[in-house]
Amino acid sequence: MITGALRETGRLFALAAEVSRAVFRRPFQFREFTEQFWFVASVTILPAALVSIPFGAVIALQVGSLTQQLGAQSFTGGASVLAVVQQASPLIVALLIAGAGGSAICADLGSRTIREELDAMEVMGVSPVQRLVVPRVLAAMGVAVLLNGLVSVVGILGGYFFNVVMQGGTPGAYLSSFSALAQLPDLYVSELKALVFGFIAGIVAAYRGLNPRGGPKGVGDAVNQSVVITFLLLFFVNMVMTAVYLRIVPPKGG
Amino acid sequence: MGIEVVVEGLTKSFGKQNIWRDVSLTLPAGEVSVMLGPSGTGKTVFLKSLIGLLKPEKGRVLIDGVDMVRSPEKDIYETRKLFGLMFQDGALFGSLSLFDNIAFPLREHTRKKESEIRRIVMERIEVVGLLGAEGKLPGEISGGMRKRAGLARALVLDPQIILCDEPDSGLDPVRTAYLSQLLIDLNAQIDATMLIVTHNLDIAATVPDNMGMLFRRELVTFGPREVLLTSDEPVVSQFLGGRREGPIGMSEEKDAATLAAEADRTTPAASRVIVPQLEPSPGLPPRRAVARRRERVMRMIDALPPAARSAIRETYARDAATATVTAPVAGGGA
Repeated sequence: MITGALRETGRLFALAAEVSRAVFRRPFQFREFTEQFWFVASVTILPAALVSIPFGAVIALQVGSLTQQLGAQSFTGGASVLAVVQQASPLIVALLIAGAGGSAICADLGSRTIREELDAMEVMGVSPVQRLVVPRVLAAMGVAVLLNGLVSVVGILGGYFFNVVMQGGTPGAYLSSFSALAQLPDLYVSELKALVFGFIAGIVAAYRGLNPRGGPKGVGDAVNQSVVITFLLLFFVNMVMTAVYLRIVPPKGG
Repeated sequence: MGIEVVVEGLTKSFGKQNIWRDVSLTLPAGEVSVMLGPSGTGKTVFLKSLIGLLKPEKGRVLIDGVDMVRSPEKDIYETRKLFGLMFQDGALFGSLSLFDNIAFPLREHTRKKESEIRRIVMERIEVVGLLGAEGKLPGEISGGMRKRAGLARALVLDPQIILCDEPDSGLDPVRTAYLSQLLIDLNAQIDATMLIVTHNLDIAATVPDNMGMLFRRELVTFGPREVLLTSDEPVVSQFLGGRREGPIGMSEEKDAATLAAEADRTTPAASRVIVPQLEPSPGLPPRRAVARRRERVMRMIDALPPAARSAIRETYARDAATATVTAPVAGGGA
């Protein structure tokens, strides 16, 4: 039982290492990369934007009500920007990349595996990792980074709208508090998180897709597991990265 | 000329279940070999082990000095380019048209121009009789067509070693006969080493130079076709006769009690006739493997069982007789 779990983990890391090496191996599959990039982007952009508006609003409402009670309304903007950029945005991106992009990648690779397409590819001397997995993982990472920017902007706009229109906050105070609490490294770490989350989502989806258990039912299970495993990993990694970031980068307000 | 494949002491298990153990054989360069065996005896596993897709725990598969079991992944990938493998159900890429499927190895491994690729691919499509279907997706054609497309894709890089996994399954008898002829014609044209895994008796009787059989986790025998065809080993004669009496049962093998009960009411097996081997279609060059095989078999003939010895002498005597009558097509048949 435990050895089984360890073995799976080991293989997951082995695949991650293999993918990292294969990224630099020529020829780079540019066409496959473009197609996958476009595909992952097309299934995630709209849901991401739609999710981030209410998310930004919830944070704005919550923080707004808190700061009002504490008498610190002037910091509402800064606080909600921090929450959106550092936490909400990478997580929304992660959930969408794993849920929409990763599940599609896993299902695609899984059905190809059970149809022996990947075996056929290996027999022809073409490495499926280099040919199929690398472009997908890179696409997931690239889309995650770009999507993170989109979600941050839309989330902040949503927060702004709710704070100013619904709660009667002042636009000037909201905007000026941005720079009081938030700083550029917050954005950097946000993008770094998105990059790492995209990598993890891509690797887990590919790993489960390459190793489905028995038949079409196995592919369904693999997709399901890949999404669940990715979520678990992402929240854990997010916690670690946040803890490390808060340690090494001094907060601006302090 | 094809490349020799040497298998030494190969043993493969999945978990606790042993598939076969200590399989040793040599596929002679350029000759056609058939591996027989009841369903579920690990024939496909054997093919996949030859090409390095599955890793047996023990033993070696030597091709051109590379061990497909334990050599570095890089060497194995290089060596795989010598192979053409025809999968049981074609294993075509579902998202690509037949043309793109067959062109795939060329586009991956060569720097040929698109016009050149088109010429080669259309040539192969014509060989397997799929002209007109090249634009279709694999999901839109029948199983038999997918198989033939899989064969065309296996052939496109002019492989030195061709492996066919049950080329007959899902084909009607007529198509199977055409396919048998196609395989022999191919061998005459490119002189590749071929291994066909099947349980089709027609293919087994007419196509190979050499035959082997897997049963009960062992290689029962491997050698010139006459050895297996004249063998009085119960499992071989049961299989070739397609009878119920014998060691092969519905769930792989029978227990001793059923076998003993059977022994009392066994009907004597009809004596088997060795059918002449297929010859290349008229107009094609003679198979170069035939002369090599003859020399090889004659060298080892004294080590063979008596029945096989006389069968081989008989076939070669008959060949000599026909060869003098139809002079230019010398050396056909085995």
